[in-house]
Amino acid sequence: MSKISRRQLMTAGLWSAAGASGLVVAAKVAERYGLIPPDARVLYGAGETLTYAAQRLLTRHSLAREFGRSEISKDPFANEVDPLGADFQRLQDGGFADWRLAVDGLVARPASFSLAELKSFPRSTQITLIACEEGWSYIAEWSGVPLAHILNLVGALPQARYVVYRSIQPDWWESIDMADALHPQTFLTLGMNGEELPIAFGGPLRLRVPRQLGYKNVKYVNRLTVTDSLKPFGKGLGSASPEGGYSWYAGI
Amino acid sequence: MSSLDAPQALSRAVAQTAEALRPRHTSSRHPGVVRVTHWLITLAFLALLVTGVAILFSHPRFYWGEIGNVNTRPLFTLPIPASRDTIATGYGFVLPDQNGWSRYLHFEAAWVAVLTGLFYVAFGFLDGHFRRNLVPAPSDLSPASLARDVGRHLRFALPSDQEAWSHNVLQRLTYLLVIFVLFPLMIWTGLAMSPAVEGAFPSLVIALGGRQSARTIHFFVTIFLVLFLLVHVLMVYLAGFRERVGAMIVGRLPERMEPEPAEPQHTEPQHTDRR
Repeated sequence: MSKISRRQLMTAGLWSAAGASGLVVAAKVAERYGLIPPDARVLYGAGETLTYAAQRLLTRHSLAREFGRSEISKDPFANEVDPLGADFQRLQDGGFADWRLAVDGLVARPASFSLAELKSFPRSTQITLIACEEGWSYIAEWSGVPLAHILNLVGALPQARYVVYRSIQPDWWESIDMADALHPQTFLTLGMNGEELPIAFGGPLRLRVPRQLGYKNVKYVNRLTVTDSLKPFGKGLGSASPEGGYSWYAGI
Repeated sequence: MSSLDAPQALSRAVAQTAEALRPRHTSSRHPGVVRVTHWLITLAFLALLVTGVAILFSHPRFYWGEIGNVNTRPLFTLPIPASRDTIATGYGFVLPDQNGWSRYLHFEAAWVAVLTGLFYVAFGFLDGHFRRNLVPAPSDLSPASLARDVGRHLRFALPSDQEAWSHNVLQRLTYLLVIFVLFPLMIWTGLAMSPAVEGAFPSLVIALGGRQSARTIHFFVTIFLVLFLLVHVLMVYLAGFRERVGAMIVGRLPERMEPEPAEPQHTEPQHTDRR
């Protein structure tokens, strides 16, 4: 009886050791392949990590669904924005001639682009749906410069893992991994439905990442930072969203 | 007692405890896998329900098709307050925003529900649990038999202790509906609301009629699952709350409810007409 118990104890011990080391190895492999989101250590990080890892494994290269011109929403909803402040007002009064997009971090050639320069780059368009995490949605035609084009221009370094993007609204900053940053439908958006991007919808410059929910699509973007780690930014959770209790990855 | 006896005394105590806990009969009312997955799913479902309601408060309007927002006409609006001031609800106040942790927990609980559910379904097929305990006998599906069973339920005729060892036909059909229709539909409509999943598998959304249709169906399936939960708990209460909940925890029913010794197999479904 005691012999069997001892054997069972040893077997259980071996299984636990194997399980624990398996988990450690899995975590290392997941980290290596970029399957761990920056907010993995928050209270609900386990579910968040499963979602992010599963979607990166299954949907890394898939394109957001495109719609027909007839499906474009007649009455898109811009949502509320916080007051934009005196700096924005001054830039708006000057027709955004002085609006700059700074690009820094892990790049060979840090740069600062004016809107005129951005408009001179090759433009792409997409008719895609934007959905708010609250549940509502609309479809619009967006036109802009693929973020991949800008990253090419400035020479993003091979060790780059994330792009942090900031707004003229200091409380709204986000980041995406390179899978989304280099994705062909991730735009620095300048136009909507054939016209200049209206201010209410993020004009003059909005980062459009159509495979993620609305709050990742930051309005009034004025700075990009390419980085290999999100730890130095804010509280190190990846973006303003997890600091406000929302998940960093919003592909769901 | 020498110190060498201590391990033996301990193992004897363990053996005695195990003997005391051993079911009196060889078959338990509910297999262990069913009991564990039942309570895991219960926990996950309650978390999904509470967080789902919290998410709903941020936009208590429903639409059909791909798009829908405060500028478009809703299919229907729930008469509840909202946690956003962009929505005219008729209430003079706005609820606090609970969307952040609710969404985190909603998806974490969804993983628990889906992984547990997959394990349960695999077990149900491999072990024969579905065939044995949930698939109704053809004779029970005749209109007359079904009508008799519905009548018994409407009269709140309580099952005998013997019947506690099986599921009646309405129970079987309801459980099958929940397991193979409502839960899969819930998962499908949930996935259809994920923009990344939609990109990889657009037909998941197109087949439902659009993102807003998926959200609306998700809501109605919730209503059906909550109705199921209420009726399920009511039936457990009527059939003896302590005994039935106990059976789902430890697998045993009280001895007075045990089957006749003459009966050859306890786990076989009892399809014979009991009247």
